[in-house]
Amino acid sequence: MDSDIGALTVIFTEFYYWVTIPLMFLIHVGFCMYEVGASRHKNMMHTLMKNTMLIPLVTVTFFFFGWWIYFAFPNGPFIFEGKGLVEATANAVPWSELMGAHLGGPPATESTTADDNVFWARINGVFWAAFLLFSWTAASIVSGAVIERIRSAAFWLIAVLVGSCTWVIDAAWGWHWDGWMVKLLGYHDAYASGVIHAIAGGAALGVLVHLGPRIGKFRKDGTPRNIAPHNPWLVTIGLFLIYTGFWGFYVACNVPIIAEADIGATGVGFTATTIYLTPTTLSAIVFNFLLSLSGGMIAGYMVSRGDAFWTYSCGLAGIITASAGNDVYHPMQAMLIGAAGAVIAYKMHFWVERTFKIDDAVGAVAVHGYAGFAGLVICGFMLWGHPSSPFEGYAAINPLGQLIGAVIMFFVLGFIPAWVLAGMLKSLGMLRIPHQIELVGLDVADYHGRDAEELEVIEAEIQEARDRGLLPKPAGGSD
Amino acid sequence: MSTTEITSWAVDLSTVGPIYPFVGTEMLWFVLGLVFWIGFHIWQIRFEKQTYDDDMAHMKRPVLFVRALKQNRLD
Repeated sequence: MDSDIGALTVIFTEFYYWVTIPLMFLIHVGFCMYEVGASRHKNMMHTLMKNTMLIPLVTVTFFFFGWWIYFAFPNGPFIFEGKGLVEATANAVPWSELMGAHLGGPPATESTTADDNVFWARINGVFWAAFLLFSWTAASIVSGAVIERIRSAAFWLIAVLVGSCTWVIDAAWGWHWDGWMVKLLGYHDAYASGVIHAIAGGAALGVLVHLGPRIGKFRKDGTPRNIAPHNPWLVTIGLFLIYTGFWGFYVACNVPIIAEADIGATGVGFTATTIYLTPTTLSAIVFNFLLSLSGGMIAGYMVSRGDAFWTYSCGLAGIITASAGNDVYHPMQAMLIGAAGAVIAYKMHFWVERTFKIDDAVGAVAVHGYAGFAGLVICGFMLWGHPSSPFEGYAAINPLGQLIGAVIMFFVLGFIPAWVLAGMLKSLGMLRIPHQIELVGLDVADYHGRDAEELEVIEAEIQEARDRGLLPKPAGGSD
Repeated sequence: MSTTEITSWAVDLSTVGPIYPFVGTEMLWFVLGLVFWIGFHIWQIRFEKQTYDDDMAHMKRPVLFVRALKQNRLD
C-alpha cells in the first residue's frame, strides 16, 4: 500500500475475491434446492437441514484448522525432500491477529510479523472465504449422494472431514504454487477437477459403501428402481444455480493480477494467473467454461436420450472433466473433453449401480468423482510437456503424474478417509437412521402436531372475527 | 479508554494493526469457540437419537405405525 499501483492492486484483489464469494454461495443454494427436489416429500425438510447446517459447521472448523492446513502441508508432510510442516502460517492460525479486522500496521501480538501484516491484512479474510466456499461445495457434493437415510450427526462429521480436512490437504499438496505434487509430479488441476470434485466424489463413494441403498431401491433380483424426485422443477432450478455459482468458482481459482517479474517472466506488465501462478486470462476460462458445459449437455442429452436430470448433470460433468486444463485448452478441445466426460460419468454411474448395488441418489459420485478423475487423466495427455509452474525445478505436466494425482485425489484423500470414518460411525450405530424412521419418512416428527396447531389457529381466527363483529355469535350465546 | 487499540482515527493508518476489541486475548476466544463447536455436536447427537427414539416409541402400536406409513406423520 506504499504506492498508488500497489494500493490499487491490493484493493482490486480484495474486491475481486469478495465478488466470487456471493457467486459461489449460489452453488450451495443450488445444491440445497437440488437435493430437496430430488428427495421424496416425506424427507424434504431433513434433506434441507442436513445440507444447510454444513454451512456453519464447515465454516467454524475451516476457521479453526482448515485454513492452517492449506499453508502448513504443501510439503506432504515429509514427502517432499524430508521437509515437514511449513511453519510460516502466521496468517492462518485461528489465534492470529490477521484472522480478524486488521489494517496492516505493525503487530500488536506475537502471532505475526510486520511483513505478514502488510501482505495479508486486506487479503486474508476474502481469500479465506473463497477457499471456504470451495469447502462447502466439497462437503455438499457428498450430501446429495446420501440423502434419505443418513443421520444428520454422521453426515456433519463427514462434512467436517471432507470440507475442513481432506480437501484442504489435497489443495496444499496439489493446488498450491509450492505443493509437492506440482513439483514432483507436474500435477495440474487449474479449476479443481480433482482437488474438489474427484475427492468429494471418492468420499461420497466411501460413505455409500457403508451406508447402503435406500429401502426399495433394488428389487429382489438386484435390478435398480428409479426413485423419482418429488419436485423436478426444484431440481432444475437448483442445477441452474449451480451452473451460475460455477462462474464464481472459476474466477476464484485465479490470481487476478500479478507483476510479471514476480513469476519469473521477463516483461514489465501484469497478468492474471492460475493458482499455480501460470499465466491465463479470464477470457480463456470463459470460452472454455461455456464450451465444456455445452459439450457435456449435448453428449448428456444424447446418451440419456433426452432425460432432463442427466442432461443437466452431464453439463456439470462436462465442466468438471475439462476443468483441470481449462486455463489453456482451446474451446473446441474443452467442448469435446466435456462431452467425453459426460458419457463416462453417465455410463459409470449405471454400471456401478448395477454391479455393486451402490445407491447414489443424485449421481454425485459419477458427475464429480468419475468425471473429475477422467479430467485429470485427459489433462495429462493434452498438456503433456506444458510447464506446471512458472518457476524452475518443477516437473512438467505428464500423463503419469496426472494419473497418480487422480488416484491420490479420488482414493487416497477421497475414498479412504471417508470410508474409515463412515465405518467407525456404522460400528457405533450412528451412521444410518432406524428402518422404521426411514419407512415413515425423516420428516415424521416435523409434522407431528401440525394438524392440531393449524386447527387451533383457525379456531382463534374465527373467535377474533366474532369478537370484531365480523361473524355472528353462535346461537345460544356461548362461544 | 477503549476496548480496542484505537482511541482516535486521526492517525497514520499504516501504523494501525488489529482493530477488534481485547487484542491479546485471541487464544481465549479460540478455546471458547472450540467448546461451542464440540458442544454442538455432543448436544446434536443426543437430540437426534432422542427424537428417533420418541418417534419409534409412538409407533410401537401397529395401527399407529401403519397410519404413519400412510400419512408420513404421527398424528
